[in-house]
Amino acid sequence: MIPAAFEYHRPDSVEDAVKIISDHGDEARVVAGGHSLIPMMKLRMTGLSHLVDLQGIGGLKGISVDGGTVTIGAMTTQHELIADDQLAASAPIIREAALQIADPQVRYMGTIGGNVANGDPGNDMPGLMQCLAATYTLVGPSGERTVSAREFYEAAYFTAREDDEILTSISFDASASGYAYEKQKRKIGDYATAAAGVLISKDGGSCSAASIALTNLADTPIYCEEAVAKLVGSSLSGDDISAAVAAAVGASDPSEDNRGPVEFKKHAAGVVVRTAIERAIERA
Amino acid sequence: MNEMTPPKSERAAALKGLGTSRKRVEDARFTQGKGNYVDDLKLPGMLFGDFVRSPYPHAYVKSINTDAAMAVPGVVAVLTAADLEPLGLHWMPTLAGDKQMVLADGKVLFQGQEVAFVVASDRYAAADAVELVEVEYEEQPVLVDPFKAEIEGAPVLREDIADNLEGAHGARRHPNHIFTWEAGEKEQTEAVIGDADVVAEEMIYYHRTHPCPLETCGAVASMDKVNGKLTLHGTFQAPHAVRTVASLISGIAEHNIRVISPDIGGGFGNKVGVYPGYVCAIVASIVTGKPVKWVEDRIENLTSTAFARDYWMQGKIAATKEGKITGLWCHTTADHGAFDACADPTKFPAGFMNICTGSYDIPTAYLCVDGIYTNKAPGGVAYRCSFRVTEAAYFIERMIEVLAIKLDMDAAELRRINFIKKDQFPYQSALGWEYDSGDYHTAWDQALNAVNYKQLREEQAQRLEDFKAGKTRTLMGIGLTHFTEIVGAGPVKNCDILGLGMFDSCEIRIHPTGSAIARLGTISQGQGHATTFAQILASEIGIPADDITLEEGDTDTAPYGLGTYGSRSTPVAGAATAMAGRKIRAKAQMIAAYLLEVHDDDVEWDVDRFVVKGAPERFKTMKEIAFASYNQAIPGVEPGLEAVSYYDPPNMTYPFGAYICVLDINVDTGTADIRTFYALDDCGTRINPMIIEGQVHGGLTEALAIAMGQEIAYDDMGNVKTGSLMDFFIPTSWETPNYITDFTTTPSPHHPIGAKGVGESPNVGGVPAFSNAVHDAFRSFGLTQTHMPHDHWRIWKTANGLGLHD
Ligand SMILES: Cc1cc2nc3c(=O)[nH]c(=O)nc-3n(C[C@H](O)[C@H](O)[C@H](O)COP(=O)(O)OP(=O)(O)OC[C@H]3O[C@@H](n4cnc5c(N)ncnc54)[C@H](O)[C@@H]3O)c2cc1C
Repeated sequence: MIPAAFEYHRPDSVEDAVKIISDHGDEARVVAGGHSLIPMMKLRMTGLSHLVDLQGIGGLKGISVDGGTVTIGAMTTQHELIADDQLAASAPIIREAALQIADPQVRYMGTIGGNVANGDPGNDMPGLMQCLAATYTLVGPSGERTVSAREFYEAAYFTAREDDEILTSISFDASASGYAYEKQKRKIGDYATAAAGVLISKDGGSCSAASIALTNLADTPIYCEEAVAKLVGSSLSGDDISAAVAAAVGASDPSEDNRGPVEFKKHAAGVVVRTAIERAIERA
Repeated sequence: MNEMTPPKSERAAALKGLGTSRKRVEDARFTQGKGNYVDDLKLPGMLFGDFVRSPYPHAYVKSINTDAAMAVPGVVAVLTAADLEPLGLHWMPTLAGDKQMVLADGKVLFQGQEVAFVVASDRYAAADAVELVEVEYEEQPVLVDPFKAEIEGAPVLREDIADNLEGAHGARRHPNHIFTWEAGEKEQTEAVIGDADVVAEEMIYYHRTHPCPLETCGAVASMDKVNGKLTLHGTFQAPHAVRTVASLISGIAEHNIRVISPDIGGGFGNKVGVYPGYVCAIVASIVTGKPVKWVEDRIENLTSTAFARDYWMQGKIAATKEGKITGLWCHTTADHGAFDACADPTKFPAGFMNICTGSYDIPTAYLCVDGIYTNKAPGGVAYRCSFRVTEAAYFIERMIEVLAIKLDMDAAELRRINFIKKDQFPYQSALGWEYDSGDYHTAWDQALNAVNYKQLREEQAQRLEDFKAGKTRTLMGIGLTHFTEIVGAGPVKNCDILGLGMFDSCEIRIHPTGSAIARLGTISQGQGHATTFAQILASEIGIPADDITLEEGDTDTAPYGLGTYGSRSTPVAGAATAMAGRKIRAKAQMIAAYLLEVHDDDVEWDVDRFVVKGAPERFKTMKEIAFASYNQAIPGVEPGLEAVSYYDPPNMTYPFGAYICVLDINVDTGTADIRTFYALDDCGTRINPMIIEGQVHGGLTEALAIAMGQEIAYDDMGNVKTGSLMDFFIPTSWETPNYITDFTTTPSPHHPIGAKGVGESPNVGGVPAFSNAVHDAFRSFGLTQTHMPHDHWRIWKTANGLGLHD
């Protein structure tokens, strides 16, 4: 459990960080909280010779809510997400989800940027960001661009981010929707057996808007368009919910691991989606 | 009584002796991070060792090239089997009479096996060099399933002994077969089963798991080439046995070896055996002349050092229509992995599995255990249990439930009518043990009343109705267990390890000012010996526990003992402590009589002093006596006040308990919510109730882990699937339920203070209680047996198989 030797860099600006990673190509990696990357290095599953620590860059931290748009700096820790009352008011689903990630020790270190950039299907924030229709801001040698969370994930550990880009912030619209993030896991500190994030808005008796995304039920997070279509415009009856659950389960593509075989995971997916929809409706 | 003399009760309380919830004296350092563990040790010039391990479960090693590794700056040596062979140390004896490769000798037999040992000036260089050792393997067919070990064409694992069909425990019928061990009456039992009104038959599997102590295994070997002395610090549960074994296999004279177990961060059986890391550290220190440290990481601990359980127990239980058990039959297939490295007393290759008649008066029984080699890590240690007692308890407590189903009887009542009765003790069991004492009916009634058993069953019936009516998706399970343990190995006449009798020892020195030091042959790994053994002494010799230092673990100073495991410290070393205390007291009596100018028989013991019979104002306190022993010339009495006792117990002790678990299972998620866990323990005399409670909480939490998710699982190719704490279940406080503890007290009649030992009871009794609760939840849907661990997906699968998702 000892990593191979590497050179440590601690730049104080995004520009310098980008320069170091573009100079060294795939020999270099940025490190944020280190709670996904360092275990991989210790297992020697990730070989890299340059580690670029983002902790020294001041501008990457913080949460702001401005005219209905929430912006979160990539280096904001999961603990800070939980502690922020303004965020809890603008997007309460984040606190609910973050509280189900790992344990307090990990959350003091792990960052939202690392969590969404990592590309591990087990991470909870990517599905959550798809649910919130978030956009990621990436900065590379040729400047800044934005990518939608719903288009960011290509396969396990493969994302739309180029090797020489740094994810600097995340933004999404504040919403007054009913919300729920439901996660089944084996114990505190475990990744999801199945998890779902749901947002639902009601207008009178019917559903005016909805969003559903799944975590750890495929090699990427899944935004469930078809399931959403079953709810939007419906009266959110038992049948409507069942139709949405069935569509979400249909969109999932889990693989077998120590958490269980595929058929169990699909069943668990149905349970978490249903629970999340019902809780979101109650809160809508 | 002298006016100055405080009342008896006050003086007794001041001693903090037996029965006091004295705070643990160890905790001041442990809670402040001031413990001193092997990995804290830093010696001048110390080198670090690290292993190259096999990625394959079964392969020939064609070649090992160490050139690139040797070129890494800081690397001092890379040892392979070829380097150890001239010393005869490429293999080592196991505690079970087998031998084990220290480093791969031509082949590897399990994933994670030690292949080469890199020695370097620091850990980082060693880890880098490990990557650079080039090993050429030729993969062989893998044997994972013990039931396929003897089929035609099965790969032969142990080619070194393939032709040797006489093993350490009798005949072997196949190269992959280790031993057959039998107890009881085969024909008689089979006849009883053949004629019985009712026979229930089931395969009970207790899966492979691992003790997983918080601190992994490690050692620092330091060979002083000037004086020829080897000092070995390590995570040893039996330091003296390690010294003797080290001497026998290395040829170094035993007086030139000093073994020290410093603070140990949990053992649970994992630290009883001898591991290749210890041997390699010793050899490396001899070769380099420098201290060498080896400390394994978590993955190495889980995948290569001793596992526990892995018993496939085929059972048949016979009874009358009324439920009176008439016979028990068990055939166990024991998966031992690549080497038989169980840590059992020599004559017991399946440990005390023959306690499997449990708490019941079963007139006829037969047990047969077959040990089998597979391509898995070696071990088979007693994980917080006394040599397979956990397996035995799980087996009988499941079989009782299976029989209750067959008889359509309440499992609590079935137990009650079969318990050994109070007046039957000492009780001779059909499989050869003499149970010392017990009062099972009293404990059982107390337990059932405490949880309001009848009402729980009514609630369960209501829940079932609601479930069937579609009003709920949860089922309620009530898990019952009444276990009987056998601990305190053991009488030298039938218990030894590598020829060393399993007595234990205590040596006491009283200082002139009336305080004391006691040294024992055992070693605490968290049990709190320094607290509780001082309490035993306080009550025996009238010196406050706070004034008694307790030391263990240094073979140069402690008297010889067999160490701490199998819940033997209190039954054996605790007895030695009391006996040594009594020797002190006997001498103190003579001194007191001399000082009081009366005959020895004219003084009597009074808590912390001797008083003249009938003249309580005339007395000598232990403090006064201690001083006198060092400054008075007493005719016929040697100066000083010291004693040593080596205690060979006349019998084992038989703690027992009644545990009840109530849980709610969600049939859709497979999650189980533990609502109540009630644990009544009878461990005989209670030395420190607070420590007992702590032991029960800890053991129950391990039991929860084992029953509900913890396993060492292999895939069909022999790869370990659960090699890190991400997948190997260790509950956090969040998953841990509240426990209700209770007790009855039935002292052991043969132990000097009547104590029986408690450390392992909660693991032994907890596992069947949790597992029975899960089974019980599904009983009305026709479930009789499903295998642990009961993690989410397996519970879900059970529900699914019973049609509960249709
Ligand atoms: C015991 C344990 C349990 C856990 N359980 C969960 C869980 O239940 N759910 C969950 O979601 N997570 C879990 N995690 C992961 C944890 O949340 C991580 O902290 C998180 O996934 C990564 O954040 P980090 O800041 O630590 O990233 P790092 O580990 O520093 O980085 C992760 C990856 O992202 C890249 N990266 C980081 N920041 C940026 C950036 N700004 N721009 C570009 N690339 C970047 C790194 O190069 C690296 O490849 C767990 C971790 C542990 C150790």
